[in-house]
Amino acid sequence: MAFSAFATGTAQEQAPRRKSRIALLLLLPGILYLVLFFLVPLVSLLITSLQAPSALGDIGAYQTAFQWQNYVTSITQYGGQILRSFFYAVLATVFALIFSYPLAYFIGVKARSWPLLQNLMLVLVIAPFFISFLLRTLAWKSLLSDESGFVTGLKALSLLAPDAHFTGTPVAVVFGLTYNFIPFMTLPLYAALERLDTRYLEAGSDLYAHPFTVFRTVTIPLSMPGIVSGVLLTFIPAAGDYVNASREFLGGTGTSMIGNVIESNFLVLLNYPAAASLSIILMVVILAIVTVYVRRSGTEDLL
Amino acid sequence: MTLQEGLAIATAVDTPKKPRAPRQRFSLGSWLLPVYTALALVFLLIPIAYTFIFSFNDSIKSNISWRGFTLRNWINVCNAQDVCSAFGNSILIGVTATVIATTLGTMIAIALVRYRFRFRSAVSLLLFLPMATPEVVLGAGLAAEFLGAGVEKGIGTIIIAHTMFCISFVVVTVKARVSSLDPALEEAGRDLYGSPAQVFWRITFPLLLPGIVAAALLSFALSFDDFIITNFNSGSATTFPKFVYIAASRGIPAEANVIASAVFLIALVLVVSQQVSAAARRKRLARVG
Repeated sequence: MAFSAFATGTAQEQAPRRKSRIALLLLLPGILYLVLFFLVPLVSLLITSLQAPSALGDIGAYQTAFQWQNYVTSITQYGGQILRSFFYAVLATVFALIFSYPLAYFIGVKARSWPLLQNLMLVLVIAPFFISFLLRTLAWKSLLSDESGFVTGLKALSLLAPDAHFTGTPVAVVFGLTYNFIPFMTLPLYAALERLDTRYLEAGSDLYAHPFTVFRTVTIPLSMPGIVSGVLLTFIPAAGDYVNASREFLGGTGTSMIGNVIESNFLVLLNYPAAASLSIILMVVILAIVTVYVRRSGTEDLL
Repeated sequence: MTLQEGLAIATAVDTPKKPRAPRQRFSLGSWLLPVYTALALVFLLIPIAYTFIFSFNDSIKSNISWRGFTLRNWINVCNAQDVCSAFGNSILIGVTATVIATTLGTMIAIALVRYRFRFRSAVSLLLFLPMATPEVVLGAGLAAEFLGAGVEKGIGTIIIAHTMFCISFVVVTVKARVSSLDPALEEAGRDLYGSPAQVFWRITFPLLLPGIVAAALLSFALSFDDFIITNFNSGSATTFPKFVYIAASRGIPAEANVIASAVFLIALVLVVSQQVSAAARRKRLARVG
């Protein structure tokens, strides 16, 4: 699994004891780079989040301080957007899981006898990656706009609620988040289901278990690593996204998420402390959710 | 492509193929699942088809309603000049960030698999965290750093940002390849009195090359489609996604659809040819084995 890619298990045991000076030379440039452009930025975010407006009162000028009240202000001012972000992200993750599981199951288990078809379907699943993220969201905006004939078509197929307005609503934003992150869910699920030993399923049905019981007690637990990876890969970017919810894309006035607030505070209002404190809040909440989730789903070795 | 997309691809690429299973008989309705799969795949492809079709639209300014078929947008892509220069910037940034990230990442991957060192778990965590951090936080953090250091934002800062988030993906991708490398081949090289440099460039590097190429392609794709981090660190410089974002409020020119469609087709050809050659290699191996 992707999240176990950095686990220090087997590689460490296999790694021979060799000149560590070479290891240092190999590691140093890259690690230094990450320290400089990943860790230091997080520290600057923390410092910025505690800054106070400069004494001169210029817009966009701040001085170092320890104004922890910035966090209180951010939470009281943008509590709605923070909650909305996580609510939308949870919905998108759940929908993506429901959408992707049967798809990944068919590709990973049912289609095993036809490797060529399996590969073709995988290419189709990742195909959306190759077209610009923004353009595919804009494509949905046009397709789902009130004037488009496509909306009425979908309504006839009852794939859409018979709502006159679609773009600009929370439904559209959650739809966009779900669509854009479906491949993140499908691929890890596929990777887990592809390894599923179907003899366990046979054993289940040989013991007269109902197909649903087999699915619930055998298939789901065995594909749990894929579910956990997929949920994390969908939830994290969905919670921080601000493209889908932005007014130029699928969102409206009442749909802005924490990402939108961070963007507008940082790039438009030049209120850096607010943007920084919101970023720290987002990161802390996500790390907390990820830790709890991974613990509870019983796959601690994933991280 | 966004960061998590890259991770998702890396996950799937990493999966060793299980031996072919016998045809199964448990199904809730043998036709239900295939039909669902077909519909789901069609659904995933709808926006791509839309973007592709509208690249042929005889549009005047905004490309929203269909006005007739034309090849004009494809022939004169650079008529919309800012699209083309944004595209050029994206290529420049993508290539530079890919070269740096692939070099640094490959070195780390080799060190992680081949050497023992202290602080190993700290290094792993440092490589993992950028992939688990929301892009908006990565973008705002770098922007805060540049702001504090008084660095003016532009193409240079975009390259710095893209290199940062590509390194981890290069490490994941190349590490898989290094782990599967047979150390006996390098030993043989040393036994034949090859110098360390000769052994590396004539044995290790060629064997790692497929992994390095895959990592480079992934990096380029991540860089090329990144918008969220770029938006925070670009200043007045534009990239292709940033152009689309800015143009979104007043209407996207059809030339943008042309560029996106062309990139899509190139990527598709690359992936399909990689799949075909991998299948051919598996067949060859199966015959030898």
